[in-house]
Amino acid sequence: MIINHPLLGPRDSAEFIYLGDANLIDRPNWQAPTAAKDFYEYAYLRDNPAGWHDELWFHEAGDRSWLVVTRNTLTHEISNVALARDVARLRGRSK
Amino acid sequence: MNQVNRLKGGQIDRSVTHRFKFDGKTFEGHQGDTLASALLANGVRLMGRSFKYHRPRGVLTAGSEEPNALVELRNGARQEPNSRATTIELFDGLLAKSQNRLGPLKYDLLAINDRFSNFLTAGFYYKTFMWPAAFWEKVYEPIIRRAAGLGSLSQLDDPDVYDKGFLHCDLLVIGAGPAGLAAALTAGRSGAEVILADEDFRMGGRLNCESLTLDDQSAPAWADDVVAELKSLPNVRVMHRTTIIGAFDHGIYGAVERISDHLIVPDLGKPRQILWRIYTKRTILATGAIERPIAFENNDRPGIMLASAIRTYANRFAVAANKKIVIFTNNDDGHRTAKDLHAMGVEVCGVIDVRADAPRSLDYEVLHGQVVDTKGRLGLNQVKIRLENGNIRSLDCGALGVSGGWNPNVHLTCHQRGRPTWRDDIAAFVPGVDLPLGMSVAGAASGIMSTTGALQSGTDAACAALSAIGIKSRAITIPQTEDAPVSIQPFWYVKGCRRAWIDLQNDVTVKDIQLSHQEGFRAVEHLKRYTTLGMATDQGKTSNMGGLAIMAELAGTSIPKAGTTIFRPPYTPTAIGVFAGRHRGQDFHPKRLTPSHKWAKEQGAAFVEVGNWMRAQWFPLAGETKWRESVDREVLAVRTSVGVCDVTTLGKIDVQGAEAAEFLNKIYCNGFAKLAVGKCRYGLMLREDGIAKDDGTAARLANDHFVVTTTTANALPVYRHMEFVRQCLFPDMDVQLISTTESWAQYAVAGPNSRALLQKIIDPFTDLSNDAFPFMSCANVTVCGGLRARLFRISFSGELAYELAVPTAYGDALIRKIIAVGAEFNVTPYGTEALGVLRIEKGHAAGNELNGTTTAQNLGMGKLVSKTKDSIGSILSERAALTAPGTLCQVGIKPLNPADPVIAGAHLMNEKGPIDAAHDQGYVTSACFSPNLGHAIAIGFLKDGDLRFGEKMRLVSPLTGIETKIEIVSAHFIDPQGERLRA
Amino acid sequence: MHSLKPVTALGGIEPRTDVFHHLSIIENDGLALASFAARRGFELECQTVLKGLLGVVPSVGKAIFNDPISGFWLGPDQWMLTAPHDSHELLADIVKNECGAAASMSEQTGAWVCFDVIGDALLAFCERICSAPIRQMQGGDTRRTSIHHLNCILIKQSAGDQIRIFGPRASADSLHHALFTTATALA
Repeated sequence: MIINHPLLGPRDSAEFIYLGDANLIDRPNWQAPTAAKDFYEYAYLRDNPAGWHDELWFHEAGDRSWLVVTRNTLTHEISNVALARDVARLRGRSK
Repeated sequence: MNQVNRLKGGQIDRSVTHRFKFDGKTFEGHQGDTLASALLANGVRLMGRSFKYHRPRGVLTAGSEEPNALVELRNGARQEPNSRATTIELFDGLLAKSQNRLGPLKYDLLAINDRFSNFLTAGFYYKTFMWPAAFWEKVYEPIIRRAAGLGSLSQLDDPDVYDKGFLHCDLLVIGAGPAGLAAALTAGRSGAEVILADEDFRMGGRLNCESLTLDDQSAPAWADDVVAELKSLPNVRVMHRTTIIGAFDHGIYGAVERISDHLIVPDLGKPRQILWRIYTKRTILATGAIERPIAFENNDRPGIMLASAIRTYANRFAVAANKKIVIFTNNDDGHRTAKDLHAMGVEVCGVIDVRADAPRSLDYEVLHGQVVDTKGRLGLNQVKIRLENGNIRSLDCGALGVSGGWNPNVHLTCHQRGRPTWRDDIAAFVPGVDLPLGMSVAGAASGIMSTTGALQSGTDAACAALSAIGIKSRAITIPQTEDAPVSIQPFWYVKGCRRAWIDLQNDVTVKDIQLSHQEGFRAVEHLKRYTTLGMATDQGKTSNMGGLAIMAELAGTSIPKAGTTIFRPPYTPTAIGVFAGRHRGQDFHPKRLTPSHKWAKEQGAAFVEVGNWMRAQWFPLAGETKWRESVDREVLAVRTSVGVCDVTTLGKIDVQGAEAAEFLNKIYCNGFAKLAVGKCRYGLMLREDGIAKDDGTAARLANDHFVVTTTTANALPVYRHMEFVRQCLFPDMDVQLISTTESWAQYAVAGPNSRALLQKIIDPFTDLSNDAFPFMSCANVTVCGGLRARLFRISFSGELAYELAVPTAYGDALIRKIIAVGAEFNVTPYGTEALGVLRIEKGHAAGNELNGTTTAQNLGMGKLVSKTKDSIGSILSERAALTAPGTLCQVGIKPLNPADPVIAGAHLMNEKGPIDAAHDQGYVTSACFSPNLGHAIAIGFLKDGDLRFGEKMRLVSPLTGIETKIEIVSAHFIDPQGERLRA
Repeated sequence: MHSLKPVTALGGIEPRTDVFHHLSIIENDGLALASFAARRGFELECQTVLKGLLGVVPSVGKAIFNDPISGFWLGPDQWMLTAPHDSHELLADIVKNECGAAASMSEQTGAWVCFDVIGDALLAFCERICSAPIRQMQGGDTRRTSIHHLNCILIKQSAGDQIRIFGPRASADSLHHALFTTATALA
């Protein structure tokens, strides 16, 4: 597959390592009263869509950026690629 | 000169004669021949035996879709089975053997199978050989295995090298027939980056095989001119002998270029083949069409071929398949063979056409009827025809050209699950709507069957493809040439046939398809698997269509409703070697060498692979013949005086930034915020689920600068994880990371004399006394008169120990210096084995203990997990099940009898009671002989182990018959108080 | 002056050169390398420092060749600086003096082996070893890429027939072997 890196342009997916669902960005608050349940769901529960999926890829043979890739698991079409850092900030992970 | 079937003309070079051998007999052919054309030229029709029934077979086609003429090419280590005689370029000295026979080809002893055809039908294996059950392994399977399979392997290593490569283009054109050439020329002239690939050694496709003119040129001459122009353009890459084997995601294609297969051996240093990965913006599939046969009684004899193949052998290779030919057809195209062969002086004994309105001829008889039988077991000599009026006629002939119509070659359009669609007007499947990204189809591959149509659609497709990527182009003016419409009556098999073949390579007959239907295997996917139709090396290129047409008829449905199976890569059989490329044997993966590697080799060290690293395992001295002698000596030397070990391979990660300490607090379960500058601390890293991920030490060189270590094996995954935490979880934390594993050579110097030794290396401004540089200190120092270095007082062995790091280029000089100045202390180099024994004696956890199932609690480090800060894994590490009674706990194990060994992987059972999984108490993770203690020792995990010291248990390995009496002890066998560490 | 002599990445006293008729592979032992990573909040200062050192800040995927210090983009807010080893062995410290708390510096010299490849067959050579689109690359284009399973950095030099490859130093032998056999296959 070709992943269109936001800075570097189109790159062979062989340059990357796949981690999993981009929801891994939304790490729960360790001090919440529901922390035990929150972390359990964070670590173990996943949707497994036959279709569009936001996922994390690491550009190991490139610039070492983590990317959030929106990919269709049926057709492999990739509709969006963003720096994970930017996505994390949008999802409230800035201090 | 024995080439009895040679005609005039053709595109062979008669000035170059090649001598070759087939089944031990010598023949002659010419440059430009294939093995098949040369054999036919010499009057050889019998080329092999069929898979199941061992029926005599000859060549069916003139292309890579060949199902019958599979030979063993070359001998010795380069022997290659299942090579298609139709695509083997003839060269001088070529050796080939027919396959799948016991005894000579003419008298194959296994032809007895043909007599039992009633029993050897489809599904045969599922129904027979069932009883008695024991006979399967001992009797039936070996027999079947001997009889099964085509060809044989040499069992020798492939001596050739294969390369890989990477190409980029705007437009890839697959196939260099009229459509492909028109497309490539259009795109080439526009300045786009173009790759044109064709599996053949001559470009031109069917232009080389037909007696056409394009404007006033012969078709082959027109093709040659176009290829010459393409080769003159710097933006066009013309690739002969290159098969596009697969269409992969996002415009990536795999291609195999045969560099040396047409030479007797590859030139020195050159690869045999290259596997290219081609990145395309757009692709035009111009792979033409493949003719399909008709099934009738005994339609598989040597001499029965596709009509277009007979035409190809005549026009391109100047070979008459036989002096007397007959044609059997359901469409106008079959007649072209009769016309061409007649014009070349071959006797056309008749054209049998199933259609009432077939075109007539003044030159030969055209009969309205069907072929109902053939004669000539080792080579066709007669065909029997039933005319429309019911009369039977026999025609003597040596070749029968069969044409059932043409199938667009849609193979690559299916590689991403695209389904072809049916077109009634040409009675064939054409590419469906779901094509691989960026692909369009032109010419016969898209169902446009005339030469004019192919040329026009090729140039139009190129313009459209280039326009889509913003490149302007102009369609070429196509030459004047034939533009005949398709005139066909669908006709798949002659009714009433008993032995009529659909899949020649897997010996699947019409009867097998009827049986499949009868047994309920009616879906085309079931038909395929039940009968094995289409599952041979030709992927059913000349048989799928016939098979599913018959199934549709049996099921009483239309062909589009019955559907079709789809194709998958590779397009044609591909050597495993080309997928491996250079990565085999010693080059299977890159080697990582430590800075002391050269020196260690000089010492005669034994090496071990640790991932990609080569690490010294032990350093045998003269006279030592067993590895234990060396390892025991090394271990004792470290504990009595001093040893040195290269520990460069452990991951080193530079962590800097204003919030470096806060970052370490996140990734380690224990605390780092308060670690003082100049101090090291052990760090345990958990996964988010609370399982231990890795451990190491973090050394604080400055407020904003740490050097973190990891285990060798986890260096990359830990770095990846740290970047995940940094970028995805805490994107605004001020921390920067870089791997420094290879930047610094690092040596462990361990033992009671380690300080004394290092005082001779480290420049004196660094005070190494215990007060000034206590256990777990770190500092920037200089060595040997000013070379920058880093010193860490950490100990894996449990002795007074340090790790000294210098920039890698100086690592070789440093180890030699350490050995030189350490001579007075008898400094002993030690390898990974001694390293392992020392840490087991000390009770240090390592990779065996951090095995992906163990927690901090299991490792005896539960208290290390801070509850007052957020860190990866801390919350889930508190889950009840991970801390409940009965939880595994790290312990030491020693045998009651000091002479007994302890085996890693063995399980712990109570002293009495059953030995089974239900009573399992734990398992051994690391074991060795301790020369310091004089007996075997081990570390393992035991349920509630910390409460069971002193308990006697049994150590068992039921699979290997081991049962040893052992005692549970503390894992800290040596110096449990740590006095030696802190000396 | 300290008494320890360095060895090259291929383990010799002198760097190695392989000359074919169509290509030369030259081990370049003369470079010091240091990683420069901007700290948060100091991005502007870092731009100033880099401009001062290189003349121009290397943008994404680009190298700037300056004297004595050159540099290329490594990742977001991160660059690799190179300089002659003889005069700039302590490159990381030298630059740290310039940037202070604005950037994290890390000595990288020991982590890399450098091969300069020059010759007529350069484009065909690149096509065999890695997926970088060498024919489209301009002088100064820098690309992290995989050569025979090794994580390398490829820089197209301004001269048309020359590239610089940085590869992991511990795998110098394997990388050299890959380059050498490829050159042989193209001879």
